[in-house]
Amino acid sequence: MAKTVALTGNAACAQAMRQINPDVVAAYPITPQTTIVEEFATFVANGKVNTEFINVESEHSAMSACVGASAAGARVMTTTSSQGLALMWEILYIASSLRLPIVMHNVNRTLSGPINIHCDHSDSMGARDAGWIQLFCENAQEAYDTTIQAIRIAENKNVHLPVMILYDGFIISHAITRLELLEDEDVKKFVGDYKPEKYLLDIENPVAVGSFDGLHGFYFEHKKVQNEVIERSKDVIVKVGNEYGKLSGRSYGLFEEYKLDDAEVGIVVLGSTAGTAKLVVDQMRDNNKKVGLLKLRSFRPFPAKELFDSLKKLKALAVLDRSSSTGSFGGPLFGEIRSAFYDGKNSPKIIGYIYGLGGRDVSLNDIEKVCNDLSDIVKTGKIKKEIDYLGVRE
Amino acid sequence: MANLRELSKRKDKLSGGHRLCAGCAASIIVRQILMAANNPTVVACATGCLEVSTTIYPYTAWRDSYIHNAFENAAATISGVESAYKSLKKQGKINNEIKFVAFGGDGGTYDIGFQSLSGAFERGHNIVYVCYDNGAYMNTGIQRSSATPIGAATTTTPIGSQSYGKKEYRKDLTVCMAAHNVPYVAQASPSKWRHPSNQSVEMARLAVQTNYWPLYEVEYGKWKLNHKPKERKPIVEWLKPQGRFSHLFKPGNEAVLEEFQKNVDLEWERLLKRCEA
Repeated sequence: MAKTVALTGNAACAQAMRQINPDVVAAYPITPQTTIVEEFATFVANGKVNTEFINVESEHSAMSACVGASAAGARVMTTTSSQGLALMWEILYIASSLRLPIVMHNVNRTLSGPINIHCDHSDSMGARDAGWIQLFCENAQEAYDTTIQAIRIAENKNVHLPVMILYDGFIISHAITRLELLEDEDVKKFVGDYKPEKYLLDIENPVAVGSFDGLHGFYFEHKKVQNEVIERSKDVIVKVGNEYGKLSGRSYGLFEEYKLDDAEVGIVVLGSTAGTAKLVVDQMRDNNKKVGLLKLRSFRPFPAKELFDSLKKLKALAVLDRSSSTGSFGGPLFGEIRSAFYDGKNSPKIIGYIYGLGGRDVSLNDIEKVCNDLSDIVKTGKIKKEIDYLGVRE
Repeated sequence: MANLRELSKRKDKLSGGHRLCAGCAASIIVRQILMAANNPTVVACATGCLEVSTTIYPYTAWRDSYIHNAFENAAATISGVESAYKSLKKQGKINNEIKFVAFGGDGGTYDIGFQSLSGAFERGHNIVYVCYDNGAYMNTGIQRSSATPIGAATTTTPIGSQSYGKKEYRKDLTVCMAAHNVPYVAQASPSKWRHPSNQSVEMARLAVQTNYWPLYEVEYGKWKLNHKPKERKPIVEWLKPQGRFSHLFKPGNEAVLEEFQKNVDLEWERLLKRCEA
């Protein structure tokens, strides 16, 4: 029986970690992630988990210790935000190239500078090429659910990749909402035991991890394999999401379509803004405007073909980026969505917005403006501005 | 504790066929240290000569399990391995006794890996960390480190009309690590400083005899001098065979040599006081 509770996003994720009961957690506190580490430390202090909790001196060492522990054969989790993720950056690539199924929350916070503790996605976007699966969550329920699923996705034998669970700092991490927790036993059964195949502590079968690719040169082939593996993780993400649905009543896939079926214009968004945007879609629908929404969950792997199939019937599409890839042509999500449509016939007109940087609030009016801009494009057939800002002060 | 003769009968944990250079003492050091471990061992290496020479994919010279993560994080990495062991053992998923050893060069230890090492020591993991101290970044071709002695010519502290080489004294890492109050810290005899390749051991011996590298240990806070040279040899005897110091023997650099000797003597006196106390 599931239990209805009122928790912050961080507390919900700490509960998921307790229920998963990982062998090792190595983590360093950083705003706005800190309360996960604190709550989890309390579980350790009260014997609620079997976890060896490594109170490391930095995020670089957090991820380094996670790599060591995961290679050793343990089920390993960590959690971070912003500068912490940036400090881990070097080791993120090593974790994924070693195919270590580490599961990590990154509570989205912007990157300095100027220093700012509030939400945007620039931290995780900075790590988008690191070879990790990246799953964005709209609310605390999704963050909790995705944490449990992430273990199964990461450890799937056809995947064996680290997974990053992303949710918005403060907006989700610190706001108390109503959600359902599964029974401890159900989570335990769902995640199962971790049975690594090759690991350092298997002393009968010693293994060398992280060998030097010096003379013979397998680096290129290795990267190709990583691409193939993350591509096939799409099926696993969907399969695990459906299985979780049978357990909880909440199924998950690569993305969520909201009133897209007959929509003329649509919005693509990541994270908590999807909640705001759904409300605007409902209001627009009340006024007979055919607006729909696609909330992308899996940014890595990027489901280009699936997104194309889902969005191809639209006449105009707005992509909302809560990060700025300075110097590029639009935000990272915009660039990838647009690229997915390059070969399509009768593709929708696609525009991009940069919004919410450094925690700037996104209001219903902002999303309404986007819908109206899209309606104008449909009417006139013309795009006034391909890339624009939402909510910036002039 | 087994004596050297008994140890020499144990099977090498580092096989031949690795790609370390002729004259490099690293393989000798690694073999001797690992011989002391009765149990299966998991080894972590920082990026460096030892790492690139012993695990060229798809081969490995290590007979035990081995992990290389990055340059500055061998200590954090092995602390993760050791924590996994503790966790799995306490849950009854592993029953064997396993030891954990990390190797890093002076770059990976004194400099870029210092924070990771300090963190691991403060947390008190059950590990042995070995700094293989070459006194410079040797894997990338002799750049200065904070273990490089004053006056040494390196590619990043070259000699020139305005330079006699490195201007700073080396960092006293052993003292730094002893200040972490861990059960055991020691300086053992090391050795590649542009001297002929058949003289690694002789150069290491001279480093001890000139008091440049005193042999001592700190066990549970107790300082113990393990070797006192009968007669301290002048530091120039250790400096002279090394190409990196040859400029110091040209006119105009006498003061640097004097400074060097003074500093060696000062550090020696400090050490004696610690060992007497």
